[in-house]
Amino acid sequence: MHQPTITQAHHHLLEKKYSAVELLDAVYKRIDAVDGQVQAYVHLTRDIARQQAEEADRKLAAGEDAPLLGVPIAIKDLICMKDTRTTCASHILENFVSPYDATVVKRLKEAGAVLIGKTNMDEFAMGSSNENSYFHPTKNPWNLNHVPGGSSGGSGAAVAANECMGALGSDTGGSIRQPAAFCGVTGLKPTYGRVSRFGLVAFASSFDQIGPMTKTAEDAAVLMNVIGGHDPMDSTSADIELPDFTATLSNDIKGLRIGIPKEYFAEGLNADVEKAVQEAIRHLESMGMQTVEVSLPHTEYAVATYYILACAEASANLSRYDGVKYGYRSKHSDNLLDMYTNTREEGFGEEVKRRILLGTFVLSSGYYDAYYLKGQKARTLIKQDFEEAFKKCDVMAGPIAPATAFKLGEKLDDPLQMYLSDIFTISANLAGIPAMSIPCGQSSDNLPIGLQLMGKHFDEATLLNVAHQYQTTTDHHLKHPEL
Amino acid sequence: MSSNSFDIEKIARLARLKLTAEEQTRLGQQFTGILEHIDQLNQLDTESVEPTSHVLPLQNVFREDEAKQIFSDGKFLLLAPRQDKDHYEVPQII
Repeated sequence: MHQPTITQAHHHLLEKKYSAVELLDAVYKRIDAVDGQVQAYVHLTRDIARQQAEEADRKLAAGEDAPLLGVPIAIKDLICMKDTRTTCASHILENFVSPYDATVVKRLKEAGAVLIGKTNMDEFAMGSSNENSYFHPTKNPWNLNHVPGGSSGGSGAAVAANECMGALGSDTGGSIRQPAAFCGVTGLKPTYGRVSRFGLVAFASSFDQIGPMTKTAEDAAVLMNVIGGHDPMDSTSADIELPDFTATLSNDIKGLRIGIPKEYFAEGLNADVEKAVQEAIRHLESMGMQTVEVSLPHTEYAVATYYILACAEASANLSRYDGVKYGYRSKHSDNLLDMYTNTREEGFGEEVKRRILLGTFVLSSGYYDAYYLKGQKARTLIKQDFEEAFKKCDVMAGPIAPATAFKLGEKLDDPLQMYLSDIFTISANLAGIPAMSIPCGQSSDNLPIGLQLMGKHFDEATLLNVAHQYQTTTDHHLKHPEL
Repeated sequence: MSSNSFDIEKIARLARLKLTAEEQTRLGQQFTGILEHIDQLNQLDTESVEPTSHVLPLQNVFREDEAKQIFSDGKFLLLAPRQDKDHYEVPQII
């Protein structure tokens, strides 16, 4: 079967070119053929998916329609789906079965999607390579010796390897955009508050956002229309109107101002990445966009700020894993305190422990002002950088990561180097703005390169518009890895 | 702030984590590097800067305090590693 996008698959289903069950069978056949190498999934939901596909076929036969009717979608394994496991790629939640649907899952089901499985990730979304999964590392479909990025590496790889039509990821410090760039797919981190976090297992609650990972910006708009919008179950979800993101995709981008943050082109940026990103910017200029140089002067402090605040929030959020109410419990404990500590020692992987410890330290008595409060103030400065820069432009463009996908194992022993590779993505999370990654070229060794587009609060529409216009006049997003 | 003050045993105790001696050494060394990087923030004058805890201008979000029965089949309790009738079971406390 041809490799359809969400939009194409939906049209084909309506035209009865194939049925939802046939499409599902083709996707599972593809998964069975390639996932042994890629290892994008942690578990498949074959029975549920088949029921959903059969239901979709019944509706299609009755002439009904819905935005994703019959379309196979994958879900990152930290988003709850009723009566299926949600592991967060952690030993501590290995056998946890969600008793309810996350709001985004509920909305996907209502839109007729066929939910085919849960994708691999770094444990509790902590990592940039997918190597921190308790189960197995996912491989980059473009080169199996390289990482797919993280933490939504399973979703990125599944989309790139055509093991689903589209997927959901989550982005706390770049976890949608960096794997999207490394795998050559389109990924959008929405504005903080745009998509409900209800049913998303919490890592750092003031940063986490769910978003789409797809083959095109058009598909990302389709998914955003379904998953976005206010939800009373998440008190931080914003009660503002959700536009139809597909309606503005074809708008003329002529005259829009594109800000180029000079700090994103500093020393240390890989030459292939710089060339591809600069070419993409020139292409947007040739389409009538106006470039403006802008400055985000506190960029160099973003990694430090992020790791203080995100780890602090994580240390509080992950205190719930104590072996009492759900999840793993150590069998080697005589008393309650030992049960807590043994459960957490045996249940968490090393990166999770590292971040819990760092977060506990910055919140501990005597260090709170020096670290946590300092971090919150630095966050204000970074947020103000964006407010200033956006006075001069409508969107900003730059690289997603300083280099292309690195080799498996390359940064595993040096957590600080791993953290520093997030330098260009975490500022958007600190400021809460929407940002996306779209494929804009390939390196000399055939690995994808991502262009980052950043927008104003709640202005995903302009990002998707620019990305779609770029994709209608370029073919980088149409390239597929050979598997 | 000084990264020398990171007492890994104490922090692990606060975080309810039990670390092996080998983990203590390795993580301790890594924290020295990470905290040195974090100490860069000392270069910033933040004397008159307000802290940001949340990026949206949200005030308290209230709703009516109405009891709702979301799950009636005791599913939540069944998720526990050990439970008995209507309560969670844990090892001896005292």
